[in-house]
Amino acid sequence: MTRPVRLALLGALVLVLAAMPALGITIPGLFDGPLSSPGTLNLLALCFVFGALALTYDLIFGYVGLLSFGHALYFALGVYVPAIALARFHWSLPAALALTAVVALVVPAILGAVCLRVRDIPFAMVTLAFAQAGSILVLQNPFDLTGGEEGLALGGDVLPAALVGVANTRNLYWLALAFLIVVYAIAYVAVNSPPGRIWQAIRENEKRVSVIGLDVYRFKLGAFVLSAFLASAAGVVYVLLQGGANPGVTSANFTLALLVMVVLGGVGTLWGAVLGGVAYEYLDFRLVGFANAGVVQSLPAFFRIPLSEPLFVLGVLFIVLVMFFPGGLGGALQRFSAARISGKATSS
Amino acid sequence: MSTLVLLLVTGLGLGALYFLIASGLSLIWGLMRVLNFAHGAFVTVAAYVAWSAARALPGDSAWGHWLVSLVVGVLVGGAFAALTEIVLIRPLYARPIGQVLVTVGLALATVAVVQGAYGTDPLQVALPDALTKTTPILGALIPNSRLVVIVAAAAVLVALLFFLKRTRYGLIVRAGVDNREMVTGLGIDVQTAFTLVFVIGGMAAGLAGALTATYDGSIDPGRGTSMLIFAFIVVVIGGLGSVTGSAVAAVLVAEVQQFLNFYGASGTGDFAVVLLLAGVLLVRPGGLGGAAP
Repeated sequence: MTRPVRLALLGALVLVLAAMPALGITIPGLFDGPLSSPGTLNLLALCFVFGALALTYDLIFGYVGLLSFGHALYFALGVYVPAIALARFHWSLPAALALTAVVALVVPAILGAVCLRVRDIPFAMVTLAFAQAGSILVLQNPFDLTGGEEGLALGGDVLPAALVGVANTRNLYWLALAFLIVVYAIAYVAVNSPPGRIWQAIRENEKRVSVIGLDVYRFKLGAFVLSAFLASAAGVVYVLLQGGANPGVTSANFTLALLVMVVLGGVGTLWGAVLGGVAYEYLDFRLVGFANAGVVQSLPAFFRIPLSEPLFVLGVLFIVLVMFFPGGLGGALQRFSAARISGKATSS
Repeated sequence: MSTLVLLLVTGLGLGALYFLIASGLSLIWGLMRVLNFAHGAFVTVAAYVAWSAARALPGDSAWGHWLVSLVVGVLVGGAFAALTEIVLIRPLYARPIGQVLVTVGLALATVAVVQGAYGTDPLQVALPDALTKTTPILGALIPNSRLVVIVAAAAVLVALLFFLKRTRYGLIVRAGVDNREMVTGLGIDVQTAFTLVFVIGGMAAGLAGALTATYDGSIDPGRGTSMLIFAFIVVVIGGLGSVTGSAVAAVLVAEVQQFLNFYGASGTGDFAVVLLLAGVLLVRPGGLGGAAP
């Protein structure tokens, strides 16, 4: 496909998605209600947020080659900082967002500066440790700020009326869709900019980049902070969607889920990561329904117990993808279309 | 004084558990450059199978059941690890990141199955009476379970060092940690050593699983994963690939955690351990026992 065709297709897709709340289409099997029902819109909006989040993770993992196990921490910052500012300090929404923006720049700059002193797997371990510290902090509920295990609910009075209530789900849906488009655009510009090219060079051969005379550490830190900042922004959209914060987003399992999303979609391609995030969230949601379906419940315990656990199904799917389809869904699609093109070439 | 002794010994007990998990992780990393996220799953699965085996046994000899649970834990840990290495790790030797990723998938899937089969709530473990009692040491009443865990970990440390320093396979493992290409170049089969190291690490993790039940008096599906994170910290502080480093770092991390959790607000110790890790990395990126990377 040529570039104009691709852009036109992308534009058409965005238009259809944006018009979704106004259309009464039902897709039986895929979604429970019509596409315009609040439940479906909420699920789709969550899919968009996770698509964007997976994209931010792909920026450092897929484009710089940094295997971070602490990305959940930055998402959680974007979830908890505004929630605390709104619910506990009773700040206005703009003030809370301004505070979040500052925190979301300062924290990754400091933590990234420490973590990036080591490489590869030690880097993964250290980022994991910092994320764990964040998780402990949230669960300990210092000064009754985070709400501990119960999380923090944002009452209807602290948010603008247009973002609260079942009737306004469509506004949140549009917000999530717009957010995904903005993050995609930023990521697209970033990876095609001169620093973006250097990120990819670092991924391919770090030593060579430093021999050329470039400060690898600084480029890595830049990518780390950008990715973390965008992840925090995704956290803000998430907290608006959910109407509150829950400690699940700080857990180590959540970071691992992020990794699953990116690998599921295809490492190192922007749209692959988005696809992975969307697919993961959708599967995670639908597999709970699948677990309660009559077919699964009637199976003997040996099959029923594992199949009732969404994480088991996703974990196994992940292993199979890593072992047999290293490119993920995106890679598989690409190979499929490449095979078709070469097939056409030989037949003509 | 008695509080101090109690905290010291309890910390040592926790450090013993960390060491059992971290030593395997460290060796696996040192030799194979694989970060094994499934190590926590080895701990959890071994703990649950050991618990089930002890319950299914006839008779009412509490000590017999306890010993069987330890043996079962070790065997299950070793078998699970061997299977993981052969089925999942071996086909991916050429793709280091892929190896890490499959262990992540395995960890997620395994813990999910354990949760599905046994529920998310902790299960109480029946222990021999003697293990629930205390022994006075220097005026402090030390729970016997702590002492047992410490003795077991010390025995594993001695056995591991003997294996590494005094046996032919230990020599190959040490040489492999030092320079894998050279060992391969000398015509030595490193593949067998890979599987061997995985089995040893899995057995130690399995023992840790069975002993966690003794230490906590209960088992729960998330315990292995939460300990794994501290074991990672221990491995990095101790220096990747160094068993002695792991032992020293395990005790250091556990004592810091124990003392600060007691004297500070709860959770302070866990937090301080992460700061300790950051500090060590800033001063010595290679950890206490390892060379600079």
